[in-house]
Amino acid sequence: MTATTTTPQPAELEDVKAATATDKRRVQKKELWRNRSLLLPAVIFLILLTQIPFLTTIGFSLTKWNLLYPNDRAFAGFDNYTSALTSGDLWPSIRATVLITAFSVTLAVLFGLLFAVLLDRQFRGRALARTLMITPFLIMPAAASLIWKYSMFDTNIGMINWVLQSLHLPVVAWSTEHPMATVVIVLTWQFTPFMMLILLAGLQGQDKGILEAAQVDGAGAWRTFTWITLPHLRMYVEIGVLLGSVIILQVFDPIAILTKGTGGTKTLAYLLYERAFIGLDVGQAAAYGVVTVILTIIVATIALKSVFKVFMAGGSR
Amino acid sequence: MNGSSTTTRSSRSARGALTTLVTWVLVLLFFFPVFWMVLNGFKPESLASSVDPTFIFKPVTEGYQLAMDRGMAGYLQNSLTAAVIATIISVVLAIPAAYALSIRRVNNVENSLSFFISTRFMPLAAIVLPLFMILKTVGLLDNIYMLAVVYGAMNLPVTVWMMRSFFLEVPFEIIEAARVDGAGMFREIVRIVLPLVLPGVAAAALISFIFAWNEYFLALLLTSSSARTTPPFLGSFVDGRGQFLAVLSAAATIAALPVIIAGWAAQKQLVRGLSMGAIK
Repeated sequence: MTATTTTPQPAELEDVKAATATDKRRVQKKELWRNRSLLLPAVIFLILLTQIPFLTTIGFSLTKWNLLYPNDRAFAGFDNYTSALTSGDLWPSIRATVLITAFSVTLAVLFGLLFAVLLDRQFRGRALARTLMITPFLIMPAAASLIWKYSMFDTNIGMINWVLQSLHLPVVAWSTEHPMATVVIVLTWQFTPFMMLILLAGLQGQDKGILEAAQVDGAGAWRTFTWITLPHLRMYVEIGVLLGSVIILQVFDPIAILTKGTGGTKTLAYLLYERAFIGLDVGQAAAYGVVTVILTIIVATIALKSVFKVFMAGGSR
Repeated sequence: MNGSSTTTRSSRSARGALTTLVTWVLVLLFFFPVFWMVLNGFKPESLASSVDPTFIFKPVTEGYQLAMDRGMAGYLQNSLTAAVIATIISVVLAIPAAYALSIRRVNNVENSLSFFISTRFMPLAAIVLPLFMILKTVGLLDNIYMLAVVYGAMNLPVTVWMMRSFFLEVPFEIIEAARVDGAGMFREIVRIVLPLVLPGVAAAALISFIFAWNEYFLALLLTSSSARTTPPFLGSFVDGRGQFLAVLSAAATIAALPVIIAGWAAQKQLVRGLSMGAIK
């Protein structure tokens, strides 16, 4: 934060000298306000478009409000929450959200680590391999889910079942028999490159001298990896897990396209969508929205504590 | 290198070749769905939807024509409008904010940054209902410019964080020199700082574009016909009847292409953008 230990500019030097302490403070205050005004447009914009709508959502969630009965609108206290708990929709949905997130993030980190280690080596065509690897993350999620649904998972024309049949194994109706696995596979596929990129940056930021020293000391490749590389990667894994979790907790696209929330894959985002835009129950849906935020906060604070330090490191001047 | 190393060296290079081979097999396996999508897009429908996969065939553009017949150009146009305007909004608002949070002095930098990061982590599900109700009341539902404004807000926190990480790299001496020369704040930003962080601005703009272009949830709920973007259009294939894998693959290829090209071109900046500037 040395930013504005504003070294007095020569022209002002005399004034500064002459100025009393209060004057100086006033100048600083003015400067501070001018700086703050740079921040203001962004902050106001975000308050208008995210904070106020969120507060309104909380308001909605305390209201009895179904669009089918627009005139029957009244304060409902925590009715929407209690009925969410008793109707038996909420817990399965929280379960689905947490499980999908946990499985996808874990698998994506493991595969991401594998590919990061493989692509950290020097070999022919490494740049091309890396380019191909990041593509699944860039593909529009709706397109990715559709491609998997029809050209990979389909019982007639899907490639996975064609391979299974070629091996004389039974055909699997993925989205109905293993809905959870279906969603997790697609999400893992999309997020592996994300984790790979983050971990690759970690591997490349490793101190080569330490690695050579370990080699000289006779530590094998595996021991070097588990004792030196993995601890070094910890910070990167944490960042990947935090960002990945926060994104996947809101997951909607693969659910809407692959399973429509059947078979224990009805995430909170999809449940809210169903309640609000098919069931037209605004109050109830808003309650699910609030629950989503609470869940995100819980997951994020667990992960965030350590990660925020990383964000701030090299952060302020 | 001593004498006995010839065997170990050759066995090591053999192992290296094997690792490379394994790497390539895994990478190609991983990439296969994308490759298959592109391939299917150029097949006639009967081949694309056949039970046994075909790898060698005479490419046709039938799938692409059918996708265009479904009005895809209009959806692409909407996606482009929304993504470009959202990017402009978030970049224009983020530059002064990131500047204040890195070079100028504001109190409570940490608090301001937490504010930005918390709005980024705000689930869209938590804000979509009021947005829907308000936009419906004022007649801005199914309006592409309104969707762009919402996307701008969605992307702003990432853009601020990311640009800040670039701004922090500007040597303070340069700014100091400009101040001594009596450059005003506006000139300081436009003339001195911006040229130095231009790669950062470009990278942030790119990330913003990618997020807006790919967004499905809000697009599905806040638009219906005239402002429909590409992701919900693709999503509508789910209810399709009959054979449609070639059309779908062609449409998905077109929809994914802009972001794939942008991402390939900006690989180096991608990590930084995705990690909100935390990783360089």
